[in-house]
Amino acid sequence: MKKLLAIGLAAAMAVTMAAPVYASEGEGIAKEDLKIGIIYIGDENEGYSAAHMAGIDEMVETLGLDDSQVIEKTLIGENEACYDAACDLADQGAQIVFANSFGHETYILQAAAEYPEVQFCHATGTQAASSGLSNMHNYFTNIYESRYVSGVVAGLKLNEMIEDGTITEDTAKIGYVGAFPYAEVISGYTSFYLGAKSVCPSVTMEVKYTNSWASFDLEKECADALISDGCVLISQHADTTGAPTACEAAGVPCVGYNIDMTSVAPNTALTSASIDWGVYYTYAVQCMIDGTPIDVDWCKGFAEGADKLTPLNEAVVAEGTAEKVEEVENAIIDGSLHVFDTSTFTVDGKEVTTYEKNGIEYISDGYFHESEYGSAPAFDLAIDGITSIVEE
Amino acid sequence: MHKEPFLKMSKRDHIGWQKRLLIRIIALVLALIVCAGVIFALVKMNPMDVYKAIWDGALGSERRVWQTLRDTMVLLCISIGLAPAFKMRFWNIGAEGQILIGGACAAAAMIYAGDAMSPVLLLIVMFIASMIGGMIWGIIPAVFKAYWNTNETLFTLMLNYVAMQVVTYCIVFWENPKGSNTVGIINQATQAGWLPELFGQKYGWNLLIVLVLTVVMFIYLKYSKQGYEIAVVGESENTARYAGIHVKRVIIRTMAISGAICGIAGFVIVSGASHTISTMTADGRGFTAIIVAWLSKFNTFIMLAVSFGIVFMQQGAVQIASQYGLNENASDVILGIILFFLIGAEFFINYKLERTKK
Repeated sequence: MKKLLAIGLAAAMAVTMAAPVYASEGEGIAKEDLKIGIIYIGDENEGYSAAHMAGIDEMVETLGLDDSQVIEKTLIGENEACYDAACDLADQGAQIVFANSFGHETYILQAAAEYPEVQFCHATGTQAASSGLSNMHNYFTNIYESRYVSGVVAGLKLNEMIEDGTITEDTAKIGYVGAFPYAEVISGYTSFYLGAKSVCPSVTMEVKYTNSWASFDLEKECADALISDGCVLISQHADTTGAPTACEAAGVPCVGYNIDMTSVAPNTALTSASIDWGVYYTYAVQCMIDGTPIDVDWCKGFAEGADKLTPLNEAVVAEGTAEKVEEVENAIIDGSLHVFDTSTFTVDGKEVTTYEKNGIEYISDGYFHESEYGSAPAFDLAIDGITSIVEE
Repeated sequence: MHKEPFLKMSKRDHIGWQKRLLIRIIALVLALIVCAGVIFALVKMNPMDVYKAIWDGALGSERRVWQTLRDTMVLLCISIGLAPAFKMRFWNIGAEGQILIGGACAAAAMIYAGDAMSPVLLLIVMFIASMIGGMIWGIIPAVFKAYWNTNETLFTLMLNYVAMQVVTYCIVFWENPKGSNTVGIINQATQAGWLPELFGQKYGWNLLIVLVLTVVMFIYLKYSKQGYEIAVVGESENTARYAGIHVKRVIIRTMAISGAICGIAGFVIVSGASHTISTMTADGRGFTAIIVAWLSKFNTFIMLAVSFGIVFMQQGAVQIASQYGLNENASDVILGIILFFLIGAEFFINYKLERTKK
């Protein structure tokens, strides 16, 4: 039995590829020798992973690589399967491995410690800088910027509804379908709310959690509950088309996430806050080619094209939205507008002047410096005007 | 006018093991041919390439061989746990819950006692805690069944959901960072409570623990008095009672063993593989193991082969998904076809078809 196993193993080893090519210090890897591995939590049927897949395709095209140089692993859970996948990709000769889900991080760290010559990049994570591993990196985008702008689109729609008498100023309430109650989600809905409030000052918001990243049924139910609670516009930080489906049935306008929602909600979807992951993938792989180090914490926004809105649904958005969106985007890019400007919100009725987290002071120069000290979102204050309902 | 059917079906009195094996091999070959046809019809790919990719995915490198073995051991361990219960005709659908509770006990010990005791002692505490946790989860429905004749199928199934909620509740305290709903790897720096290497192999202990259980359970079911009692209770409770067997005691004792082994499976997963806990820790394997136990007729050595076959296909699935962009469901289709044929083969083992004599 043991002998048989040994023979089988030897045979298997023989058919697997030759030793991988690694770059020596400060030197790049020839384009044709590159192998890229990526681990997805979902597959092409799930919006968040689909957005990453589009980013990888964009990178392959921009850099002129061949599809066969990319090894993709889909539907990898947040457990030992992720560690297995990461090691397996390294064994297959990948010099750089990406993983896209928050819960993958500790498994990627484990693999990174074992394969010091392979670069590991983990989206939305927080531990690269503190891990002390030079081959571990985190990346994210300033998604709060595109959420803010999508909030402006929502606010303008609310104004239109107030003007034509569908709702009154006091009933301008937004419903928000959140995934989990932690910083990434809180930062997201707060920026969305501040965007809406910047044009529609009387707006309030109610947040409900599904406690799941991607569950069509839960998100749909959650949106239905918010609508029956009197919410007149819905947005989401969850990965499926559940909420827009509910909105289309109820005729309530909505703002999506990741992907264009007009296919499921042609009469109600306004736009979606979305991320162009291709910008990072192109950057990271270019670093491999050039032999330059990859940022430990990479986080870019509108200015670099890493954040964007999906095309506005002209049939639904309020008049003048496109112009306003352009104006706000430009203000964010040139730095004249800060999303978390402390003069625009209060906590318990008071303006916030100081906020320390992990020994870092986040508030200075009149705004909260989101995503500047680490690529993952940090803003987790409960600001006035938003009620969040946490239920298990 | 009554017409004699062309074929007559009758139960076999006896069948030799060679013939039995032959029927199974024919079934497997037929299944692979049908799969090949389906693959070609659906995606127009060379089925041999797909089979090769599956082989590669499961056994293509030393690491993959060990991953396949590791997952085989988990599935086997759960199947071993289910075997005595099902042999007693006690429908234990609750392995998922018993695994989760066992896993949660192991995780709790890792989190709260990780620094408090020596690594060896910690592992022993985790092992025992998992075993007791699973045991309690198994005994609850057994007591209700023994004393009040409740329906154990529903009862054990419902306890799965209770266990899932218990784990969800625990995650609120253990999650890192707060609110993210993930526990992440526990004791990543110290590796306290992780099963160490054995003979230089990361999953050596997983293998050893489960293989010992395989042998012990085989002997227990086949040669021990208690094992015989289980068989009698399974055949007929009245007969058992008439023979002087204390039925209530047998039911509770058997489910205690069944639950305890499923709890150990939870320990093996948490301590020996994932080093974390989530509601996905059992991941449906408690249900897959039911198929394994039945297909193997409760023979633990056959279970080893069947578990290996199923895990082999699952590991292969990951590979065909990444190599050919085939959705992982493709391998479920293949596995489904193979199981269909193998279960179908049982018919030809139990019955023979004869041409009606004129």
